[in-house]
Amino acid sequence: MTTNNPEILVSIRNVVKHFDISGGWLEQIKFDNGRITRKQSIVKAVNGISFDIKKGQTVSVVGESGCGKSTLARTVMGLYPPNSGEILYQGKRIDNLSDAKLKHYRTRMQMVFQDPYASLNPRMTVGKTLREPIRFHRPELKEGQVAEKVAEVMAKVGIDPDWQDRFPHEFSGGQRQRISIARALALDPDFIVADEPIAALDVSIQAQILNLMMDLQEKSDLTYLFISHDLSVVEHISDVVAVMYLGSLCEMAPKKQLFDNPAHPYTQALLSAIPKLGHEFSHEKLKGDIPSPINLPAGCVFHTRCKYVNDRCRSEIPAQRAGDGNTIVACHAVEEKRI
Amino acid sequence: MVTTWNRIKNSDFIYHFLRDPVACVSFMILLVLVVSSFAAPIIAPHDPYNPATIDIMDSELPPAWNAEGTAKFLLGTDDMGRDLLSTMLYGMRISIIIGLGAVALQAFLGIVIGLLSGYIKRLDTILMRIADVQLSFSTYMIAIFIGAIFQMMFGVANYEQIAAPLLILIIGLAEWPQYARTVRASVLAEKKKEYVEAARVIGLSNIRIMWRHILPNTLSPVLVISTVQVANAIMSEAALSFLGLGMPMTKPSLGSLITAGFEYIFSGSWWITILPGILLVLLILVINLLGDWVRDYLNPKLYKG
Amino acid sequence: MSELLKIKNLNVDFALRERTLRAINDVSISIDKGERLGVVGESGAGKSVLGFSIINLISKPGYIDSGQIVFKGEDISKYSYDRMRTIRGNQISMIFQDPMMTLNPVLSIGEQMRETVFAHMNVSKAKANEICVEKLKKVYIPSPEKRLNQYPHEFSGGMRQRIVIAISLLTNPDLIIADEPTTALDVTIQAEIMDLLLELCKTDNMGLMLITHDLSVVSQVTQRIAVMYAGTIVELGDTATVAHKPQHPYTVGLLGALPQRAGSEKRLNQIPGVMPGLAKIPAGCPFSDRCSLVGDICREKRPQLLEKTNGIRVACHFVE
Repeated sequence: MTTNNPEILVSIRNVVKHFDISGGWLEQIKFDNGRITRKQSIVKAVNGISFDIKKGQTVSVVGESGCGKSTLARTVMGLYPPNSGEILYQGKRIDNLSDAKLKHYRTRMQMVFQDPYASLNPRMTVGKTLREPIRFHRPELKEGQVAEKVAEVMAKVGIDPDWQDRFPHEFSGGQRQRISIARALALDPDFIVADEPIAALDVSIQAQILNLMMDLQEKSDLTYLFISHDLSVVEHISDVVAVMYLGSLCEMAPKKQLFDNPAHPYTQALLSAIPKLGHEFSHEKLKGDIPSPINLPAGCVFHTRCKYVNDRCRSEIPAQRAGDGNTIVACHAVEEKRI
Repeated sequence: MVTTWNRIKNSDFIYHFLRDPVACVSFMILLVLVVSSFAAPIIAPHDPYNPATIDIMDSELPPAWNAEGTAKFLLGTDDMGRDLLSTMLYGMRISIIIGLGAVALQAFLGIVIGLLSGYIKRLDTILMRIADVQLSFSTYMIAIFIGAIFQMMFGVANYEQIAAPLLILIIGLAEWPQYARTVRASVLAEKKKEYVEAARVIGLSNIRIMWRHILPNTLSPVLVISTVQVANAIMSEAALSFLGLGMPMTKPSLGSLITAGFEYIFSGSWWITILPGILLVLLILVINLLGDWVRDYLNPKLYKG
Repeated sequence: MSELLKIKNLNVDFALRERTLRAINDVSISIDKGERLGVVGESGAGKSVLGFSIINLISKPGYIDSGQIVFKGEDISKYSYDRMRTIRGNQISMIFQDPMMTLNPVLSIGEQMRETVFAHMNVSKAKANEICVEKLKKVYIPSPEKRLNQYPHEFSGGMRQRIVIAISLLTNPDLIIADEPTTALDVTIQAEIMDLLLELCKTDNMGLMLITHDLSVVSQVTQRIAVMYAGTIVELGDTATVAHKPQHPYTVGLLGALPQRAGSEKRLNQIPGVMPGLAKIPAGCPFSDRCSLVGDICREKRPQLLEKTNGIRVACHFVE
């Protein structure tokens, strides 16, 4: 274990997160072949994921909708308690802390959300939104110092500090996302989880926000966990990329390695589907649809769509295995050198 | 100050309001009714609460335009010789106070229970079942029950003293589930939004998130049902008074005036019942019309979420 | 090749409470038979309004102020709603972003498809079923006979969009207008749907107007690209030229903002500011307030969409 490695900021260890969506026990009762049975529907959103995030790096998690990447992000942030597994911050376990003990870590790790229209409280002015975390975590600061800090973070993200008294609806989507980033920065965190921060923005605005995030990383020495479905964005911003499918980690590797030599069959299919400017189509077709996370396939979750599938894939869940050059791959075919 | 005024003047709310004649007229009428009822001690020609000014000989005088009427009593007098216009103004004041008071109580209970129920999953089932049970009692049944007990406990004379607060309490307690359900539904919608998650990531306590972040965003549906509820509360009060369980005759509300006059309607003194009746209908109608307008105005936004 | 659709000097206005805003400003564009045209722009550029105005479905308070929409030689811009129905959903089909907007959740796929067939063709039920199955096969829905009796919620997002495409094919249209058909879908599904659209257009010689914000998607499917900004077309030309040698500063900026074009450069090329709202479009060139090349003439005179030296049309005073 590398728990005490000072380079590692956040560690995710065998995290499992399931959601029970079956409602009250009355709703769980179903008629099945003339017998009354109790049936629970459990969404298996994240199934045993482990990886480390090194200080100063940008680690991206990519995957298609429903693969559990947002759930993973929220579990890391402590918004959802994991069913099992551990989240470590600088070697200390944080997933089982009380609210009071967690308070310190709240200032160290912050989050930026996807929807710039829903992530700011519509009834609070921008200034109020930004003052709230500072006042809450640093009550010792005087009024003037808080105002100074707010003006500072607003300037940092490129929003005129004079606009503090405006409401979110007076800003464009890109500006709101900047304000969202300012709120995350208000506490001077080390680690920021960004859940699809640019998915809802236009192309030219996406570039502005990505540039801002990279500038801030350089200036403030931030570590990012970047969640995205857009592979070309991920290729640009990340140091390390993790690919998820149906709640499991398929492959994790340094960016160049992953994009040049994808090992896992799903990564290969995903990469070939990226639309490339001015190229004719040539993508690898995946057969079938993504199975439901309520009834996960036995064995490797990808086996229903994989062209290298064999009997072992259908019965045995592939372990996350370290490959050459800091990579992790979870695939029987790769392990058996069939690919 | 000037900019705030300009902002209000140019807002969509005022724009749409001014272009809806029904809303404008309703608002005007409501304004006149509310102002004149609260200004009753100043503008009413007589004081119906002062027995010294009442002469039993003046009882059942018809309105002034009638041949037997006198100019002294514009809308005639009731069976006790009180000036009907003044009594109606005072009565409407009581009706409105009870209506607003009851709604304030309903809203307070409903919002607190709705917030708790929507935000804290463990409390949801139990609180909503209590609301269901509450809704399956009729308001009048509860009111008749409580009203009868209080009249027995305190005696009729003392009952007069506590009638108004008691009515507020009864109507308020009977109707809170309306608010609780509305608030709960919008809390459930709001709490999924990312700004609530952002507040949790900051580490704010649940109570603070509920009050500062979620509550302000659930208030527009509350506003919509409030108008309807005020009208309902005034009607409930009138109905209870009509049944003799509401305001006593010494301090009549519109409802008790209608009952009082009911006995005389066949002896030709129609005005004692009909005039307060018209006033009550008018009051409820304009409140409901305004409520409809507010709902139409806010609804597209609610759907847009 | 013959001209299928020709839009000439189209102006679309929205009458708001204080003023009238122009959403489409003097747009002229044409699609030949079997041609695939991409319309690219950011949100608010007017690309969807353009698509809707072709089939006369602009929602109030929008209306066509002036201009012609000539489809197969006839100006359809002034057709009545009823007369338009002989063309809309018949000779011109439309595919939207969210398949659940098009599909009725309480009707089976078969019922919805037959409904379309009956609306435009006088055939028996058996024959209608036959047509439906044939079209479902065309969009690669496995075992289409069985699928006809299923409801929209029994299909995945990608399958639903395939069914929407199958419905749009029922009447053998000459032109399909696809408004962001893959925006709600994942990349792997997006690739499949685009592949399918491309194949269908090629085999049936159908015209396609692909409206999207995604330049890379458009560049893989279409033959020509029109780039829209603030209600006007700023650049129009064949796909390869526009994608590789863009001329208009906005297109240059937009392409530069794509992470995949940045290569090893750490910073992305960003265009400052945001696209102005309809009420705030600057006089002169609509892009003048964000353009790096801006000169005095740009603020005064609106540039025309003119053919430049490399054969593409650009609306810019500074492009030779």
